Amino acid sequence: MSEALSAVVSIGFHGLAFAMVLYLISVGLSVTMGLMGFVNLAHGVFAVAGGYVMTRLIAAYGVPFPLAVAAAVVSVAAGGVLLERVLYRRLYGADELSQVLMSVGLIFMSVAAAKFLWGPLAQPMTPPVYLSGQISLGFRSFPTYRSFLILAGAVVVTLLWLGLERTRFGARIRAAVDNRRMAQSIGIDTDRLFTWTFALGCGLAALGGALGADILAIDPGYALENLIYFLIVVAVGGLGSIRGPFFAALLLGIADTGFKYLLPEFGAFFIYALTLVILLWRPQGLFGRA
Amino acid sequence: MRLGTAGRDTAPPAVEALLRRHRLRAWELAPWLVAVAVYFIFPGYLALGAQILISILFALSIDLILGYAGIITLGQSAFFGAGAYAAGLLAAHGWGEPLSGLVVGGLVGAALGLVSGAIILRTQGLSLLMLTLVIAVMLQEAANKAGSITGGADGLQGMEVWPLFGVFHFGLYGRTAYLYSLAVLFLAWLLARRLVHSPFGRSLTGIRENEARMHAIGSPVFRRRLVIYTIAAAFAGVAGALLAETTQFVALEVLGFERSGSALVMLIIGGVGRLYGAFIGVPIYMIAQDRFAQADPVYWDFWIGLLLILVVVFARGGLIGSIEQLLHRFRRRR
Repeated sequence: MSEALSAVVSIGFHGLAFAMVLYLISVGLSVTMGLMGFVNLAHGVFAVAGGYVMTRLIAAYGVPFPLAVAAAVVSVAAGGVLLERVLYRRLYGADELSQVLMSVGLIFMSVAAAKFLWGPLAQPMTPPVYLSGQISLGFRSFPTYRSFLILAGAVVVTLLWLGLERTRFGARIRAAVDNRRMAQSIGIDTDRLFTWTFALGCGLAALGGALGADILAIDPGYALENLIYFLIVVAVGGLGSIRGPFFAALLLGIADTGFKYLLPEFGAFFIYALTLVILLWRPQGLFGRA
Repeated sequence: MRLGTAGRDTAPPAVEALLRRHRLRAWELAPWLVAVAVYFIFPGYLALGAQILISILFALSIDLILGYAGIITLGQSAFFGAGAYAAGLLAAHGWGEPLSGLVVGGLVGAALGLVSGAIILRTQGLSLLMLTLVIAVMLQEAANKAGSITGGADGLQGMEVWPLFGVFHFGLYGRTAYLYSLAVLFLAWLLARRLVHSPFGRSLTGIRENEARMHAIGSPVFRRRLVIYTIAAAFAGVAGALLAETTQFVALEVLGFERSGSALVMLIIGGVGRLYGAFIGVPIYMIAQDRFAQADPVYWDFWIGLLLILVVVFARGGLIGSIEQLLHRFRRRR
């Protein structure tokens, strides 16, 4: 196979894996922002919490990989419900500045807590035996774990979209995003809906953080270092959208991988420039409604 | 405003209140007396003192756009860093005169503010928030990758700053640095004070409180925002240049989110939109950090995060706001 084609396949593959992680983490953020109008900069905290729960369970207690991932999702979703009830709820409808500050405060606390509990170094992520090594697709081979990541991401995305389009819960969410007051007046309990949606978003973030632990390393600074990526996905994808962030994550994942592969001397510069241009061209995001 | 009318039985008429607004009150001199006293009482802490003064100037620049124009920015460090690198590069390439370096730093900050503001201030809400952040990270990535010019992650080496007025050296004990920073901050404060009490400043407050109405009465909202954004960027640029000159070094972190974030936190602790929030919040934060953080920086982050959440949930308006409320309640009871 020619070298150029090989590079394209490689960028596409790793970009896709990165995009899946970004999407899983950010989709909850998009819904939270669209539904509650909450500028939650601390969403990455839920992702890194999921990563920590999984890696620690595997490393310290030898819990099997699937079980550790499930535990991460459930525990972080439960923690999300608690935080929503105690903290976030107080600031619905408050000004953006308060929401920004509260979530920055949460990030600070999470950074300190993670350093205190598990030290400053990144948690090692070792995929289980059956997911390590390479998988051959005839013309070339790919890392098994990344392939699994793409597959798992695709399954979750499909389930999510079906759930939103086909179930009553999904219909309620769509109604509340479109017009919250109208949804309330036809008897939808938006209060409870918020809590459940928040929990779902946190659980998905935990899933993304846990599965993507070998792409975005699990360390104390995670929520702050990757904040810009999550925000780009949401802002470019459009608030309150489920599909928009997917295409934004795809764009960001592949473009980021491509730029860093082809023009490493510029680092992430072009990604930021691209974001700038897109947001100026469409401030409501590529798929957001004006 | 309340503080100025203490002891009066009747509220002054509206006209008089408007005229009194910008009059200098006795307590406004207190920070400056403290700053001068520190010079004589704590000669061993002047290096930290200069850092605090510079951070106050930086926080003041954020207060101008956040507190008065209502623009939430996460990327003010872009202008701080631009000013720092401008002054630093100048001094590293053979022109170490501090005052002109300061002017260049301010001009570079202002130019960057004008250009980026003209582009991003057309958006609002989350997009605007994002764009302020994007500008800063873009600049940081550029400075990081342009290692041959900026020194990259190692920082800018080889700065040579000349003595101030050709006489006062920037020595080890930070005496010159402290007084120099104090003088610059004082001038900036005078300017900022003049600005927020001017009709221009009042119209900014109007835009913050009700943008639609300001549009309706024909106020050039976009242009006003751009002007204050540029001025604040110039302030930040001067602060950055001050840091570069007094420490004779520019690190990549001058452009980082940490700087914008922590300055925002200091401002919130003091109180936003009051011009004095920076003077109260910054020293408290930085002195506490100097005392506690060296022992254990982990706990420091934790408590700052907790404090931030508590301030947002219970004490909107920060320390100054809380004191005002207490005074208000006390006076009513009398």
